[in-house]
Amino acid sequence: MSERTLFDKVWDAHTVDILPTGQTQLFIGLHLVHEVTSPQAFAMLREAGLSVAFPERTFATADHIVPTDTRARPFLDAQAEEMMQAIEGNTRDFGIEFYGLDSERQGIVHVIGPQLGITQPGMTLACGDSHTATHGAFGTLAFGIGTTQVRDVLATQCLAMEKLKVRRINITGALSPGVYAKDVILAIIRRLGVGGGKGYAYEYGGTVVDRMTMDERMTVCNMSIEGGALVGYVNPDATTFNFLRGRTFAPPAEQFERATNYWLSMASDPDATYDDQIEMDGPAIEPTVTWGINPGQATGISERLPLPEELPDPAGAQRAYQHMGFTPGTPVRGIPIDVAFVGSCTNSRLSDLRAAAQVAKGKHVNPRVRAIVVPGSYGVKAEAEKEGLDQIFRDAGFEWRAAGCSMCLAMNPDQLHGRELCASSSNRNFIGRQGSPEGRTILMSPAMVAAAAISGQISDVREFL
Amino acid sequence: MPDGLGSRITEISGTALPIRGNDIDTDRIVPARYLKEVTFDRMGEYPFFDERFDANGNPRPHPFNDPKYQGASILLANANFGSGSSREHAPQALYRFGIHAIVGESFAAIFTGNSLAIGLPTVTVSHDDMERLMAAVEAKPELKLSLDLSEKCLVFDGGVIPVEVSEMARKSLAEGYWDSTSTLAANMPKVRQVAARLPYLNGF
Repeated sequence: MSERTLFDKVWDAHTVDILPTGQTQLFIGLHLVHEVTSPQAFAMLREAGLSVAFPERTFATADHIVPTDTRARPFLDAQAEEMMQAIEGNTRDFGIEFYGLDSERQGIVHVIGPQLGITQPGMTLACGDSHTATHGAFGTLAFGIGTTQVRDVLATQCLAMEKLKVRRINITGALSPGVYAKDVILAIIRRLGVGGGKGYAYEYGGTVVDRMTMDERMTVCNMSIEGGALVGYVNPDATTFNFLRGRTFAPPAEQFERATNYWLSMASDPDATYDDQIEMDGPAIEPTVTWGINPGQATGISERLPLPEELPDPAGAQRAYQHMGFTPGTPVRGIPIDVAFVGSCTNSRLSDLRAAAQVAKGKHVNPRVRAIVVPGSYGVKAEAEKEGLDQIFRDAGFEWRAAGCSMCLAMNPDQLHGRELCASSSNRNFIGRQGSPEGRTILMSPAMVAAAAISGQISDVREFL
Repeated sequence: MPDGLGSRITEISGTALPIRGNDIDTDRIVPARYLKEVTFDRMGEYPFFDERFDANGNPRPHPFNDPKYQGASILLANANFGSGSSREHAPQALYRFGIHAIVGESFAAIFTGNSLAIGLPTVTVSHDDMERLMAAVEAKPELKLSLDLSEKCLVFDGGVIPVEVSEMARKSLAEGYWDSTSTLAANMPKVRQVAARLPYLNGF
């Protein structure tokens, strides 16, 4: 059978049955679990007297609530401590591999899966977290799910799903210097809208994506849900295989060739048919920042803030301006910031830290700005320190932290206060997202965050390179 | 094995509560700090908490605080409701607050799945129909609405508005399959067959 997408092939290979509702019962090859969305699911299992069907296909870590300034237990926050004890107890009782704070494998769930080689092409993957599409960078069908669905995956390794349509997004040409994967996905969401991907899986391709590293592809796939797409993926290729070779859970050398043949066979056929197709011009993308309260409210760094009446949802834009306190029609450059955050499952990998360090090297954070760098995993932190990136950041006045989700969603002590404005490499600029109901977030690439930290205002990173 | 299927959900009647605005994200529906609770028990206290209360806990004007909408069981929403975080805490909070159906112009994908998984129907109507509905309910909060999933319509004040719901979701609610564990578990022999033929679980 030709003309099939990777989505079709992986879906078909994991179809267990068609349920009486017409939904597909889909086998989930890999289940990743974290502390926040799982305790109720384990409680439901206990209540029903169920066990975990495939504990060997389930991996857990703690990332959302963990403090990044100290690893000391018990946590000062009693609720966080209770939650930590819950994941420790649940994983022990149900026989699940758990990477806690004492493990060198701990980190943001979407950083460690790929880093350890657990995430592989052609798999289905689920996690109780909306940024699960990150793993799609490997040609994995990765679904963000809720807690009741986590219960189902624990109990049966399956989900009841409706099939998605597939939209191919071709980004052609090449990116200009100073333009990063983050700018690409922000430009896509700006164009297609935060609800534009509803009902679709996004397949990213074209020369820009072909040339991307795995870290960059993960950044793009990570924010698929911000465009409304439950799933985002890139077809596996030599870049994918080179990344995986030799990693802890990757196929061993004697299986690797067979594995790559299988993975290649799961990629979309050259004549695959798509439900929709979009062309993006790579060279036209410039460093991009958000100005509002959702990730689609974004603009190129050289542009002026849009007038509400120019936008599809003027009332939404007005509400955004009311929260952000910006004036439509004025330049986005030069807006003063209070906080700078490099981190999150979108942009906390080694290459992200390198890009930010390149800008920060030999400079100093503006004295008005509080700046923190939070590596995505224990492993990323160790590699960064081996290269001396921690020293570059510290010398420049950034705080260098331990791994976790941190200020992306502020479930740990890393939070905005009052109306602080944060230049952030994370994925959401929602009202209250970074811990203060009045707090404000501008999303951008890690290099742009470093530039903003140093100048104290929203800046064009191309002037720092 | 769990008890089996969930309740059969075909009709939800009651008064309605309009919440205006597109792209209302789940961080707004339940702020992340309440996700540190290890049960859903108290979620009914938290919908739109930071919009409903100021820093000192004093109530602010908000549809969820408004006495005229008290006891409403149907939420009216605009486009892309429930976007963002996958937190099931959001539909749990609405359900436990007393919302037993949501009618919107459109919903975010994960929110729809989470709502279905707890037996909370999400159905869509056109933008113009939603404007009509919201205006009618704002003018007359005691208006009784009846959502009929079998006939795919919303009946109110003598009027009938067609609603859209996927056939799979409709069946799932009507026949109790929304409580999915037992249905999935009944297929465990087939699940093991699929696992046995997947190359990546079998040394390629």
